Amino acid sequence: MTAPLFPSSSFLAGDSGGKGLLLVLLVAAIFVPVLNLAVPDGSIFHVSSYTLTLVGKYLCLAILALSVDLIWGYCGILSLGHGAFFALGGYAFGMYLMRQIGDRGVYGNAELPDFMVFLDWQELPWYWSGFDNFGFAMLMVLVVPSVLAFVFGWLAFRSRVTGVYFSIITQALTYALLLAFFRNDMGFGGNNGLTDFKEVLGYSLQSEVTRNVLFSLSAVSLGLFYLLFRWIVSSKFGRVLVAIRDAESRTRFTGYKVEYYKLFVFVLSAAVAGVAGALYVPQVGIINPGEFSPLNSIEVVVWVAIGGRGTLYGAVIGALIVNYAKTYFTAAMPEVWLFMLGGLFVVSTIYLPKGVVGLFQQYHERKSANVVKTLPAEAT
Amino acid sequence: MNNCIRVPALIGTVLAVLWSMLLPQTALALEASFEQNVAAMAAAKKMRDKETIIDNLAASDDPRALQVLKALKAGELYYRKIDRALVFAQRQDAKMHISDVLSAADWGLVKKSTIKKISINNKLRNQMRALLAERMLLHQDNSIRLKAARDLSKNIDAKNHAIIDRALAVEQDSKVIEALNNASALIGLQSPIEADRLLAIIKLAGSSNTLAMAKLAAMMELDDSGAYSEPSAKVRVAAAAQLKKMKGSATFFAFLENLFFGVSYGSVLLLAAVGLAITFGVMGVINMAHGEMIMLGAYTTYVVQLIMPNFIEYSLLVAVPAAFLVSGAMGVLIERTVIRHLYGRPLETLLATFGISLVLQQLVRSVFTPLNKSVITPQWLSGSMEINGFLSLTYNRMYIIVFSIIVLLALIFILKKTFVGLQMRAVTQNRAMANSMGIRAGWVDALTFGLGSGVAGIAGVALSQLTNVGPNLGQAYIIDSFMVVVFGGVGNLFGTFFAALSLGVANKFIEPVAGAVLAKIIVLIFIVLFIQWRPRGLFAIKGRFVED
Repeated sequence: MTAPLFPSSSFLAGDSGGKGLLLVLLVAAIFVPVLNLAVPDGSIFHVSSYTLTLVGKYLCLAILALSVDLIWGYCGILSLGHGAFFALGGYAFGMYLMRQIGDRGVYGNAELPDFMVFLDWQELPWYWSGFDNFGFAMLMVLVVPSVLAFVFGWLAFRSRVTGVYFSIITQALTYALLLAFFRNDMGFGGNNGLTDFKEVLGYSLQSEVTRNVLFSLSAVSLGLFYLLFRWIVSSKFGRVLVAIRDAESRTRFTGYKVEYYKLFVFVLSAAVAGVAGALYVPQVGIINPGEFSPLNSIEVVVWVAIGGRGTLYGAVIGALIVNYAKTYFTAAMPEVWLFMLGGLFVVSTIYLPKGVVGLFQQYHERKSANVVKTLPAEAT
Repeated sequence: MNNCIRVPALIGTVLAVLWSMLLPQTALALEASFEQNVAAMAAAKKMRDKETIIDNLAASDDPRALQVLKALKAGELYYRKIDRALVFAQRQDAKMHISDVLSAADWGLVKKSTIKKISINNKLRNQMRALLAERMLLHQDNSIRLKAARDLSKNIDAKNHAIIDRALAVEQDSKVIEALNNASALIGLQSPIEADRLLAIIKLAGSSNTLAMAKLAAMMELDDSGAYSEPSAKVRVAAAAQLKKMKGSATFFAFLENLFFGVSYGSVLLLAAVGLAITFGVMGVINMAHGEMIMLGAYTTYVVQLIMPNFIEYSLLVAVPAAFLVSGAMGVLIERTVIRHLYGRPLETLLATFGISLVLQQLVRSVFTPLNKSVITPQWLSGSMEINGFLSLTYNRMYIIVFSIIVLLALIFILKKTFVGLQMRAVTQNRAMANSMGIRAGWVDALTFGLGSGVAGIAGVALSQLTNVGPNLGQAYIIDSFMVVVFGGVGNLFGTFFAALSLGVANKFIEPVAGAVLAKIIVLIFIVLFIQWRPRGLFAIKGRFVED
């Protein structure tokens, strides 16, 4: 079934998990909007708008998980501050959405967003200029996280800050940003963040069609980023990344400029996380400093660990499973959720070093091992 | 302009004197006994009569007189309607609890309608305030005199001048003399006579009164018409010179205060981080649940106080070992069940211990509710030591400094001078070799982790005195603690000490300029940049076992 879809993609050969994922995404991107819009409310095939937005949100978080898996799973860089790049992308797009409100805010001020009117600001800060333009805002969604990642990564990798040290300072980075964005003086809405969005590119965010388009866009983006990352990791470049992950010093001694490889992949991952944030914000309708909290960033790492580190599609599966569990348990048994999440951290690191995907692989290997036993002559 | 206002006031005074001459003189003579005064107070109807009685009472030697005046001022002085006996009365439920003024006998609860309050007006209140202030200024207790003298500065009234002079004549205590001088100078600054104002400025020499500084600064200001609010140029020059001197010493003491705040904040950081310096620094385990060990210590303090509500003063002495045991035991449990499986996999350890931290937070939330718990501060920890008007050091901060140094020294002693410490260091340096020497490495690991966690628990006891005790207490300190350990250099307790103090002081010196949040951000950015420059911290261990 899947083979004719990707006839010439040699880098997808043998990636059955990835093919399955892409197929599911494609189907979802086309059929979920149909089930939402065309199928009447009462039908069992109807997808409610609530579910649509929820799954759309999960897909954005899955993109974030994918970007973490690229650097952690394939290059051994454990970033505990990736939520910061996600949030920065979200803020950049949120600023565009704020400008789209125009004079429809509570205070009806065409020049300034509501929170600035409230703080009695007279004019728009310089860094808000240009965000009226969609293209500029999209550029900033990519540029802001990339620049931060570049500066931070350049400083860190050049002086060979690795492993746990890197993790801890990325955590400090997102913590510092959290504190900074809580300040009203920053001009990003302080505690409340940016919200009360009306429309994107002239289409109302409340309308069913816009929501469906955003959903499909998230699914397609996830698929495209998956293809991009899969292509990278199966190229020669990707082999070097894995070499860095497994033996950094040896790779360096072999003559590779380890820091450039790391820097490239780190910046790419940050940019993708930014895009995820930009897709996330119009669907949930708010971005606030809470997205910078260190807990959020660490949670992303757990999604990847649960799903299966270093497989890419495992990260997506992990993000979907854990977020679904979170939605379910925080509503049904809020007391239990943190116990569960904490337990997941412990169980996944001790008993599931390869995640859920690893379980399936083990199962398959056991099956093929049985086959080998019956045909010993062919095994060697 | 002033004269225009004074004329009607003068007319008013003259009229009042004339009016008083027309009234029959019913008040008692000054030499009347306490009993007579009390009887007169119960009978008095006119405010003027009460005024005389109050004067009489203030002049009386009877110790009960002060009590009567205080009760009158507080509105707790009544008379009984049937026999006009003067009583102290206090509301108790719907009834009044009364006791006799003369015999101090308890007359129990009565209905409110059977007694009537001795009413007073604002004039009488002011009169009593001055009289009471004077009595307080001559009190034998130093602290009461000091408080009374300071109160005089807060409520500047030229009428107090005579009182202050009388008090100064007999005062011995240097602090009270300073406070009285301040009050006198503050009154003098408002005098219409130039010489008085000059004298007042001279009196302020060496003073550290912030109110006086504000007054001096106000003298130099221009009013709406463009004239100085202080008319005399001579006084302005003197005031400017005095103000400059006071500002100089204020800056100096502000510096000292910042330094003190910085050192005490540094001690808090040291306490929070020193346990981590053991688990992360010595063992190399990234313990993200470290903050929750601190939290457990703080909650242990809360529970200890619940168990012994009658011995709050000693509760902290019990809480320190208790918190060490609780957090230490939890540390050993975590090490044996989770961390043991993850040695040599630092990133996985980080994730697993983070999971544990979430579980512990939720555990505390489920057991103690998510609300903050109030931990009582014992008497000996509250209050502050006043150096002068510019500088006062709070006791709890001073104790924290001392306490953190004791904890650090104790840890260094355990690691360097005891047999267990020797084993710990041996296992960290070369596990295989230590094992073959007969050291049970697994047991030592558990013990080391327990020690680090236990110390975190002790830090929790100290923090319970400074911040709110809630489920998120630990989270607030975990990033700071890691920063301290990483900044100081892993595996080096001296580095931790140095890093904690310098970060604490840096934070408190940036704070007044940039604000608390920005100060924190600046320090974080500084550390992030610093790690680029020296990836292994300030005091890195050198040697062949450095590169894992």
